[in-house]
Amino acid sequence: MNASKEKNILRLLENDAKLTPRQIAAMLDMSEGDVAAPIAKFEADGTILKYMAQVDWERAGEELVTALIEVKIAPQQGDGFDRIAERIYQYEEVDSVYLMSGDFDLAVYITGRSMKEIAQFVYAHLAPIDGVTATATHFILKKYKEKKCVFKQPEEQEERMLFV
Amino acid sequence: MTDYTNLLSTNVQKLKPSGIRKFFDLLENMDDAISLGIGEPDFVTPWHIRDAGIRALEKGYTKYTSNAGLTRLREEISKYLLRRFDLDYHPQDIVVTVGGSEALDMAIRALVNPGDEVIIPVPSFVCYGPITELTGGVPVYIDTKVENEFRLTAEELRSAITPRTKLLVLPYPNNPTGGIMERRDLEAIAEVLKDTNVIVLSDEIYAELTYGQDHVSIANIPGMKERTILVNGFSKSHAMTGWRMGYVCGPRPIVQQMLKIHQYAVMCSPTTSQYAAIEAMANGDCDVQRMRQSYDYRRRFLYDGLRSLGLDCFEPRGAFYMFPSIKKTGLTSEAFCEQFLLEQRVAVIPGTAFSPNGEGFVRMCYAASIDHLSKALERLEEFLKKF
Repeated sequence: MNASKEKNILRLLENDAKLTPRQIAAMLDMSEGDVAAPIAKFEADGTILKYMAQVDWERAGEELVTALIEVKIAPQQGDGFDRIAERIYQYEEVDSVYLMSGDFDLAVYITGRSMKEIAQFVYAHLAPIDGVTATATHFILKKYKEKKCVFKQPEEQEERMLFV
Repeated sequence: MTDYTNLLSTNVQKLKPSGIRKFFDLLENMDDAISLGIGEPDFVTPWHIRDAGIRALEKGYTKYTSNAGLTRLREEISKYLLRRFDLDYHPQDIVVTVGGSEALDMAIRALVNPGDEVIIPVPSFVCYGPITELTGGVPVYIDTKVENEFRLTAEELRSAITPRTKLLVLPYPNNPTGGIMERRDLEAIAEVLKDTNVIVLSDEIYAELTYGQDHVSIANIPGMKERTILVNGFSKSHAMTGWRMGYVCGPRPIVQQMLKIHQYAVMCSPTTSQYAAIEAMANGDCDVQRMRQSYDYRRRFLYDGLRSLGLDCFEPRGAFYMFPSIKKTGLTSEAFCEQFLLEQRVAVIPGTAFSPNGEGFVRMCYAASIDHLSKALERLEEFLKKF
């Protein structure tokens, strides 16, 4: 199978994980088997990490707090930043961890039930890690867009009666 | 009580109103209805294009432009036509119009004298005949055939031409069938036209939306540019329907006459829209490609779905419409659409809305999300069970 077709399968799934192999096959003008096989391969080799729904928790009536924590670290012999990053991302409550260029080293996104809960995570777990030299916690006040999804429902234009 | 029938123009009163309205009335009272009815992109205009319109407002560009449109815009259109379609039009041979619709109106009015015949392949977009009738011209319809993939053939054209023929409308890529004309089809048409005085009005509003092969304009065929009026616009290609931006190009003596109609009727196209259109022409090619790719996915998705439900359907190669035959149900197009809407809450358009030979077909616009298309197919499957 050519690589660009495989990438098209990934692009379609990245945008809509609910598409079935049958549907993707129709869209890409391929056979169902030719779609199912690479998907199985991608699932097995970790190219496709997971399928999940993107949820607007506020709409679901759940009050959650998300924070971006800037972490400065003193790299350790041998492992560089990776070991510290691992010690951070293993925590369940951590959403994302990125190694950054610029003024700080790791960007840690974390979601909790309250500011207090997040503060607790920072002083109880994050700050004491060997090699972490400083943290700065920024609470997210409002989510506009995440992973290409806009949180606000688009406003519908006025009803139209026209013929084109 | 005033009797308005004596006051109104007889030509206007003779025009048939669109038969679609009642469907929209029905649609309005349904919460979960899916409309595959309206023929327009489901995308919002790309942000950088909208932003260019906003910036024009911020800068206070709120006055009229020149009648023919901003020079910069006509230059960008000229470059775009060369880049995308190998068409060489001088900016002075381009007039920016209020949508492709105004361009069609102007072209027909600029050429047709009372009694002149205008050849119109059908099924096709609904405006050509009525505008011709308003000018006192005579529409001559050619029924294109599904077995020819709704192309206009040289034989069909030849037998329709008379000494009174003034204009041939060439509506490809076609709404509602999705048919296209390839180079060899156009060469055959050109061969028929070469010894006549017939002018071609080529409505290429869907030129960017062809799948599997690039669009060819009749103006690309040697000897044809001199007798072609080319209409295009931003609505379908750049998802800019509400901006009302189109353009027309052609031989300068024709364009200059059209410009008179334009200046008396509308003055100029909306200034904000023109600035947005400059951005669309200069930096919008990748948006067009992205949307075309997306339409192509949905085209295959719906085509595959319709075929697996056992409906005969010609595989459309342009625009964003599917035109399946519903003859197997035994229903008329109109009855099919009404029952499908009332029972399954999906709006599609009867083929007869486009011409009498659209009987037995319905038009589905696939510029809709895969989720909507998928639900529409499920409902269609349910609907077809009763036949």
